[in-house]
Amino acid sequence: MQLTLWTYEGPPHVGAMRVATGMQGLHYVLHAPQGDTYADLLFTMIERRSARPPVTYTTFQARDLGGDTADLFKDSVRTAYDRFKPQAMLVGASCTAELIQDDPGGLARALNLPVPVIAVELPAYQKKENWGAAETFYRLVRTLAQPVERTPSARPRCNILGPTALGFRHRDDLREITSLLNRMGIDINVTAPMGATPDDLARLADADFNVVLYPEVAGTAATYLAKTFGQKSTRIVPIGMGATRDFIAEVAELAGIDATAVLDEANAHMPWYARSVDSNYLTGKRVYVFGDATHVIAAARIAQTELGFTVVGMGTYSREFAREVREAAKLYGVEALITDDYLDVEDQVASLHVELVLGSQMERHIAKRLGVPCAMISAPMHVQDFPARYAPQMGFEGANVIFDTWVHPLMMGLEEHLLGMFREDFEFNAAPSHLGTSPARMEAPVAAPALAAAAPTPAADTLVMDRPAESITAKGQPVWSADGEKELGKIPFFVRGKARRNTERYAAEKGIAVISVETLYDAKAHFSR
Amino acid sequence: MDGIAAIAPQAASGCGDAPVLKERGQREVFCGLTGIIWLHRKIQDAFFLVVGSRTCAHLIQSAAGVMIFAEPRFATAIIDERDLAGLADCNDELDRVVTRLLQRRPEIKLLFLVGSCPSEVIKLDLSRAAQRLSRQMSPAVRVLNYSGSGIETTFTQGEDACLASLVPELPVAADDAPADLLVVGALADVVEDQMRRLFSAMGIERVSFLPPRRSGDLPAISPNTKMLLAQPFLAETGRMLEERGVTRLAAPFPLGIEGTTLWLQAAAKAFAVPQSTFDSAIAAPARRGSEAVAKVREQMAGKSIFMFPDSQLEIPLARFLARELDMKLIEIGTPYLHRQHLASELDMLPAGTMLSEGQDVERQLDRCRDAKPDLTVCGLGLANPLEAEGLATKWSIELLFTPIQGFDQAADLAELFARPLVRRAKLRV
Repeated sequence: MQLTLWTYEGPPHVGAMRVATGMQGLHYVLHAPQGDTYADLLFTMIERRSARPPVTYTTFQARDLGGDTADLFKDSVRTAYDRFKPQAMLVGASCTAELIQDDPGGLARALNLPVPVIAVELPAYQKKENWGAAETFYRLVRTLAQPVERTPSARPRCNILGPTALGFRHRDDLREITSLLNRMGIDINVTAPMGATPDDLARLADADFNVVLYPEVAGTAATYLAKTFGQKSTRIVPIGMGATRDFIAEVAELAGIDATAVLDEANAHMPWYARSVDSNYLTGKRVYVFGDATHVIAAARIAQTELGFTVVGMGTYSREFAREVREAAKLYGVEALITDDYLDVEDQVASLHVELVLGSQMERHIAKRLGVPCAMISAPMHVQDFPARYAPQMGFEGANVIFDTWVHPLMMGLEEHLLGMFREDFEFNAAPSHLGTSPARMEAPVAAPALAAAAPTPAADTLVMDRPAESITAKGQPVWSADGEKELGKIPFFVRGKARRNTERYAAEKGIAVISVETLYDAKAHFSR
Repeated sequence: MDGIAAIAPQAASGCGDAPVLKERGQREVFCGLTGIIWLHRKIQDAFFLVVGSRTCAHLIQSAAGVMIFAEPRFATAIIDERDLAGLADCNDELDRVVTRLLQRRPEIKLLFLVGSCPSEVIKLDLSRAAQRLSRQMSPAVRVLNYSGSGIETTFTQGEDACLASLVPELPVAADDAPADLLVVGALADVVEDQMRRLFSAMGIERVSFLPPRRSGDLPAISPNTKMLLAQPFLAETGRMLEERGVTRLAAPFPLGIEGTTLWLQAAAKAFAVPQSTFDSAIAAPARRGSEAVAKVREQMAGKSIFMFPDSQLEIPLARFLARELDMKLIEIGTPYLHRQHLASELDMLPAGTMLSEGQDVERQLDRCRDAKPDLTVCGLGLANPLEAEGLATKWSIELLFTPIQGFDQAADLAELFARPLVRRAKLRV
């Protein structure tokens, strides 16, 4: 058993629902107890979809368990087919139905429906949402994709694989990348799962290569297509300026075309904004990155090389891609945290004294509690992650969007200097912000008991409240003089904890008993970069 | 709505014996775990540990819609394949998880182990686990258990199961203890405070609430205890309290001016409150409440409404909407119809109201589309799709998350139904 407060991913059948809901003409019958229909609201409320997901649930209850749940399942499949007349059906079990072992695949096949019925076995007690999406998409492709006579075409053709319902900016990424590929002179054969019908999947082989936007969803299917139809796939995910340029080069090679023109006409403000003098203050800001593997790897590269931040920590909940994230982390000299326990992430964010968190809505909560600015880069999804405006992450426009999204939560350089120079201004509180009331203060009433209870995160207290309790005086180590303590208070809140610890360490090493103002500055000079 | 005489139940015209359409099919409803979303805020030193799957954890965090609290007082012990394969002993695992949890949250005094579909299907005996853990943790922490599983409970039945698990824990008052009043069902703190003031004005001072705000304040009960159910979904809790000798006061539920008046009046009668004392205690709030409701009635009179099953609040709400807002009831769906607790409510419904129990969501959607109601009350999974089809909807979960009981909330309740229509009239996009 695993103690879980929040979960980064849903169960694997939610991944299957993301695939089914993204597609057209497919219907999913899920053997599941009453209550599992909650998953509909992910799509109708969080994503604000205007139609119900194409999912029928058997919603069995205790009284059905004594009788025949298999018949209930067969009835549900037959009724769903009659009502919705899909081109293909997907059948499977949720966690509880997996335990009663009714064999949805066999039961559905016994009905001899006139359409393909694809059974997906998603082990709910081992696997999670993204794996479920990948497995479902792979099963669909494996069953439906047929060898085809290639359509003659002067232009190269590709499939775009990966976008689903309830994906982080999938809708806008797809538009951006489709337009980019078209400008490069490449036609799109099929986009899947999003928008595809089962009939569309049947003609996947009628393309020269595959563009894999989200390896978490489409990686397995792309490997199958490579093996079966010899289609190569892109490896680079075009998030960020550098990755987009690399992606264009990779695609050009796969398509056998020259992409110089597209690279030259790139309409991106982001590189100039990053070079603009006002961005100087971004230099070396300590950034923490956490989310799914694709977005974390991309975000770390952007943060370090395109905005000039310092990546001080990164990690992912995508265990399937742990190796890739660990390798990426090595580029920045950090060790990747691979976990689905948000308390581990919180501990790490608190201990690293970060100045900006790039993460999911889980990290938004962690950052709020710690009074640190935060920007969203990844699922799990929140209703705010479906903006009304066009806001891709991919391509050149995606790079522009990312610049704005990450930089706006930070204080502007001159503002930060003013706060540093005039710490004693009575209107500056512990965590000043141009956004009005400081997050730390707003959160305090709610977070306080939780914070007190979160015993293993003393660093959190230090960062927000700068509690002297964290100082090492209790152990007979150096003590702070009143002047030293006052001077420490003039240091901006987000580095104060680090300054305190460095100064104490310095004093301890030098055998200094009382930390004066001089000791503070000696330590600052000692540790300066 | 002027005076009690005018609003006495009209049994002759009610729905007491009316036939009910019983449906079986896909039920688009929450399971009982969902109640944790409000219960974990209501009892301030209680913690809810769901023993279940990742689906359970995902449900609670998604149904809440937002992650409001940095660290909530609920969590899930997720069963994994090691537990299922017998490689790990589920009881040892549970002990380990509970120990870790209580180390993090030393202020917790009451821990609920909440059963789920998977824990029920693998027959994990949470009652024995709760007894064992209670012995180990005593006296610092009391450990109880109940099931919020979807195979056994629908949405608000989770609160019923939770409160029922508290009933055996209620202290015993002396047999000759003076009569006292127990109000059963989780209410917003502000509503509780208002009711306590009203009872006090009527001269009823010995009033307690279940659940209490702190687990140490569990009310004592005696054969002289009389209970008023504040919620219509407390079948099991009511039954267990009656078994312990508590007398249930039959009444409609305190929704709307009429319901609140009759609910309070049931207590007044049981405690022999003089009519004049009762009248003067409720006069001011009932009058201002009626006036506020009347403003909303102008907008809502004659409008038709269709309710999908959700919380078991549907029948009392329908009674309020029909009698105080003059709305036309097309179909009132409820997940479960408890005829005894709802007897006075059913008597007050307009004759011929179509009632349905259980659900086949596709067929019910067909009926709803055919009827083209002015307002449809439904769950979060159906609301936006119906809006997109052109139907105005009110999401039903809000009725559980908003203070709606009592005189001073009657207009707020009416307003919840009016808002979608007002909004539609305003929008020009």
